[in-house]
Amino acid sequence: MRRPRRRYDLLGLLVAALLGFPVYWMVLTAFRPATEILSLPPEFWPSHPTLGNFARAMGTETFWPNVRSSAVIGLGTVLVSLVVGTLAAFALARFRFAGRKAFVVVILTVQMIPLAALIIPVYLLLNDAGLTDSLGGVILVYLVFTLPFTVWMLHGFIAAIPAELEEAAMVDGCGRFGAFVRIILPLLAPGLVATSVFAMVQAWNEYVLVYVLLSTPEKQTLSIWLVSFQTSFGTDYGGLMAGATLTALPVVIFFLAVQRKIAAGLATGAVKG
Amino acid sequence: MSADPAGRRPRPRLPYLLIAPSFLALLVVLGYPLVDMVTLAFQDMTRKELFSGAAPPWAGLGQFRTILGDGFFWTVVARTALFTVVCVSLTMALGLIVALLMRRTSPWVRAVLAGVLVAVWAMPVMVAAAIFRWLFDADYGLVNWLMSTLPGIDLARHNWFTDPWQGFAVITAVVVWGALPFAAVSLHAALTQIPPELEEAALIDGARPSQLFRYVTFPAIKPLFVMVTTLMAIWDFGVFNQIWLMRGGQPEREYYLLGVYSFIESFAVNRYSTGAAIALVTVVLLLAGAVVYLRQMLRLGEAE
Repeated sequence: MRRPRRRYDLLGLLVAALLGFPVYWMVLTAFRPATEILSLPPEFWPSHPTLGNFARAMGTETFWPNVRSSAVIGLGTVLVSLVVGTLAAFALARFRFAGRKAFVVVILTVQMIPLAALIIPVYLLLNDAGLTDSLGGVILVYLVFTLPFTVWMLHGFIAAIPAELEEAAMVDGCGRFGAFVRIILPLLAPGLVATSVFAMVQAWNEYVLVYVLLSTPEKQTLSIWLVSFQTSFGTDYGGLMAGATLTALPVVIFFLAVQRKIAAGLATGAVKG
Repeated sequence: MSADPAGRRPRPRLPYLLIAPSFLALLVVLGYPLVDMVTLAFQDMTRKELFSGAAPPWAGLGQFRTILGDGFFWTVVARTALFTVVCVSLTMALGLIVALLMRRTSPWVRAVLAGVLVAVWAMPVMVAAAIFRWLFDADYGLVNWLMSTLPGIDLARHNWFTDPWQGFAVITAVVVWGALPFAAVSLHAALTQIPPELEEAALIDGARPSQLFRYVTFPAIKPLFVMVTTLMAIWDFGVFNQIWLMRGGQPEREYYLLGVYSFIESFAVNRYSTGAAIALVTVVLLLAGAVVYLRQMLRLGEAE
């Protein structure tokens, strides 16, 4: 077993290096002075690291307003979709009721509708409601696109909690709500964290919708900021890669923090239904 | 689930109250636009109606007659189908290889691989597009330089996007790179759930590695494999961001896929109804894939 394993290890490291290289190249370019970025042959390790690119990226007029906007939209989406989603997930996991299967079908189908196909009517809807160019409108739309996943994943987590625990609490005099708050909620915490990160990431990464819905530069999100960076700075790849690093950083941190829970969620929520 | 019927019977309304907020949100923000999209496709809405708020005139099947009679539309459909097939095959094949590989490496290598996969997974689409634009830059891109070091190849100042085939190769690379982690991680999760006795027994019975994979390992992960494949197909068929971003928000006609085409008809040309008709055709084409996915999900759900 020893010898072939070493071969697989080598192959595994090679694959990891290949897959991770674009990310490494981004970070490397971000810390590099312009003269080095535009020199051939390229160097593959940092020699004169600088923060100049970051300063330039963060110095753009709308950077901080857009960070704020992204944070508001992200947190808003997560908060609302967790509250609304937990309720529905609880219903799916703990009750058999007429229409349950239909609701599951709706939840699953909705996940497949490409957002790009719905931009026009969603835009018209928000236009009628006076919600274009408002963060609330964006949160509302994101809610709908994160909700199906949230419900499906949380339903898996809740189903994994033995119903007897709740029933015991109810026998001991808790109401259904009391049992939920005291028993389910604490046990559900890891699931809530994993799900919220996923919703947050979706909101953080989305581009088309905010591009259409938000017209005030200060209200736009980091994803739009990054794309406009590409056009307004031409081929300032140092600044662009610094901006890309800044945009990706919060998401990567969230993701790494809960990756185990996401894997568990995939296993319980999606695989086992 | 059946231990406590008494606690549930008196309040049959509770589950409906619990799903009501989700259901309402989905109905208003998704159901209504969906209906609206269908309606719009049978009308003729332009900028004038958008701003005046007047009801757009009906066009019957006019929009569909126009697009379905347009050769360019069918080119876009064929291009989208080809793009989807290539992207999905590559993603699933590579994802499966990585997942199988992760089972055979030492734990620390597996941890490294998992870390890298998660980091790549977390990369926002526009970040990935920016990185690949830089990697494939005509003048200072790493790829041109690397390939030029090979004997007989000179790619100095080579622009990858002049030729749409090459341009789509780059776009495919971005899409596959971004989707690979999801495929690999899910397939690996499914692989870890196969009881080891199953494969050991097959090995003892003298199965060759290829037979082991074909008759034992793959059938065990097949439900998830089918599900992830359909999901990928659905996502890739509706691909928009990668093309939009790689072409700097102004994709040439050679780079139109259905998602981009519909968006441009709506928001660049302001023919909202044509855009809606194209989106509707896209969704109908997607339904084929959707049926497979739904059946798979429901089957998995029933096994619960």
